[in-house]
Amino acid sequence: MIFLFNTFYQFGDALSFLLLAAIGLAVIFGMMKIINLAHGEFITIGAYGTVVSAKILKLPLPIAMFFGVLITIAFGYVLERIIIRHLYGRPLDSVVATWGISLIVSQSFLVIFGPSFEGLQTPLSNFQLGAYSYSQYRLLLIIISILILILLYILFLKSNFGTLARATIENPQIASALGVKVDKVYTITFCIGSALAGLTGAIYAPTMTIVPSIGQAFIVSAFVTVVTAGASPFIGLIPAATFLSLMQTSVTSYYHATIGILALLFSVILIIRFLPSGFSGLLTRLKK
Amino acid sequence: MIKKILLSFLFAVLLFGGNTVSAQTIKLGILEDQTGNFAIAVVPKIHAYEMAVKEINAKGGVLGRKLEIVRYDTQSDNTRFQEFARRLIEKDKVDVIFGAFSSASREAIRPIIDKAGMLYFYNNQYEGGVCDANVFVTGAVPEQQFSTLVPWMMEKYGKKVYTIAADYNFGQISAEWVRNIVKQNGGTMVGEEFIPLDVSQFSQTIKKIQAAKPDVLMTLLVGAKQASFYEQQASAGLKIPMATSVNVGQAYEHKRFKPPALENMFVTVNYIEEVHDVIKSGEFHDKSKDFVKRFRALYPKEPYINMESANAYNAINLYVKAVAKAGSTDKVKVRKALETGISFDGPSGVVKIDPKSHHGSHNIFLVRVGKDHKVEIPKVWKDIQPYWLGQSGCDLTKKDDFSQYTPSKPPKK
Repeated sequence: MIFLFNTFYQFGDALSFLLLAAIGLAVIFGMMKIINLAHGEFITIGAYGTVVSAKILKLPLPIAMFFGVLITIAFGYVLERIIIRHLYGRPLDSVVATWGISLIVSQSFLVIFGPSFEGLQTPLSNFQLGAYSYSQYRLLLIIISILILILLYILFLKSNFGTLARATIENPQIASALGVKVDKVYTITFCIGSALAGLTGAIYAPTMTIVPSIGQAFIVSAFVTVVTAGASPFIGLIPAATFLSLMQTSVTSYYHATIGILALLFSVILIIRFLPSGFSGLLTRLKK
Repeated sequence: MIKKILLSFLFAVLLFGGNTVSAQTIKLGILEDQTGNFAIAVVPKIHAYEMAVKEINAKGGVLGRKLEIVRYDTQSDNTRFQEFARRLIEKDKVDVIFGAFSSASREAIRPIIDKAGMLYFYNNQYEGGVCDANVFVTGAVPEQQFSTLVPWMMEKYGKKVYTIAADYNFGQISAEWVRNIVKQNGGTMVGEEFIPLDVSQFSQTIKKIQAAKPDVLMTLLVGAKQASFYEQQASAGLKIPMATSVNVGQAYEHKRFKPPALENMFVTVNYIEEVHDVIKSGEFHDKSKDFVKRFRALYPKEPYINMESANAYNAINLYVKAVAKAGSTDKVKVRKALETGISFDGPSGVVKIDPKSHHGSHNIFLVRVGKDHKVEIPKVWKDIQPYWLGQSGCDLTKKDDFSQYTPSKPPKK
């Protein structure tokens, strides 16, 4: 029983990290084909927004996190209006532009907040099971990541907005001819992506050291998960994150962290080699 | 032709020799990371160099010459270190170089220093083992930080030890030291994990530690990402006493992190600014109080005065004492003077340079971090020698060497 729970906890912990790291990137890349190299900095903004509102404005943690997400949305909105909207249909240019944005943002954080900022204490307590003790907050993170995925699934695949968004992505000209406000759909989708990245930063902020490079800790996991998820991230994200976290946790528990990371990256290479369109490609093929 | 050469020689003598020697400053090159990854721990160190130079100049300098700092910001970047080391040697023609925080940056410039025969002070705690004719070390080494800490922890908490360490030369070599000391003291290593610098999530590591049930956890973690371990182990309720050589004394994590993330962490340091708050009277109290007072007078906003600032301060003073003794800034003469067992009475007492290995002796303070992140000092070891290199066969007074050794790869006898 304890063994089962322990296995579930470790797997769930790795899974939620991959899912939350990737989700904002997946929305922006999957829906808009913008490769957002500033994804890590969106997470940084969410984290700093949370910590600063909790420390300086003395807000309770959930409200501070909400603030963190709001600030990230505002940043995403401004960015989309000024820069990103000129880059639709130019994925390679978007790489260069967002990379520049990421440098500017991380250096600005360094200048404004200095190399380190006092962090928050992880909320909730811990509980004991046999020889092991667990953080309740991290258990909550697993639940939150699954809830977010369900909400997104409903939003993009079942709601009216989702239909408009997918139509816009599929063929902007025709969607526009049918009366869809393409511009608005893009802006909203980008803001949703920003909000998700900000949320990741906000909920991980109490568990990590607050430094201007905090978002960089997520970036490799994020890209790796999105790449293995494939062209349609909503279908591919869960199987990709599940597979990768299974690989990582089983190898890490058998050997150690370095080999675990190697196993994760190696399985990514295998997937790209044998499933070039990722897990979503595989699932679509199976459906047919 | 000969006449021409003689003439130009005469001209050169008139031009350069004309300046009286006493008017020339002694140039101290400083390479430290004012920005970048390591800046938190390094900025107080830079201020300590400046303070030492100001104090010495206020007393008239040495040999009638003033000291002058030539400083470059190495930005926590090893290629910058190499670039600026060359610049200090070739363009600025400094008399001595001080600096470097990480072992990687020290190893990046050591070959350049050795090629030029430059005199170099490394003023940082590190994994030990540098036996180099041109290099002097004022920071603490494993025989000072681990030979004290590990047996003390084992006696107090038990003989089962688990090490987690950053996966690069510092972590690997330090872990090797811990392993050897645990064995020598009749303990067992119940686990050892090397963690890449990029890792920021530690749930699995924490579970592995709990499964192994150690009495003592050695945390040799480095960098901002790995520092997330402390908050995560506290929230998981790990509650195993932690011991390390790197935290508190360098980047003052006990001031920067929210309590109680570092509760029950033990660190061995050769100085921290709380020494005189905790030790209420005696030599250590007076010296630390005096040092902090002078430091704060110059830099009132300094967030923390760490052990590397004491090491930097000592380094400049040791160099100046050696120059006075040698009666010259000639590098060979100064090195010989430094090899006479020269010592300086600094912020935490006397630091004496071991002639064989060029490393300094230290008084070592055991620091315990409390629940509210206030520090206690349960134990002080006086005058701990950097004995390992000398005992293993490094003797720079007899034979030049330019290598770094480890316990598993000692000098050839």
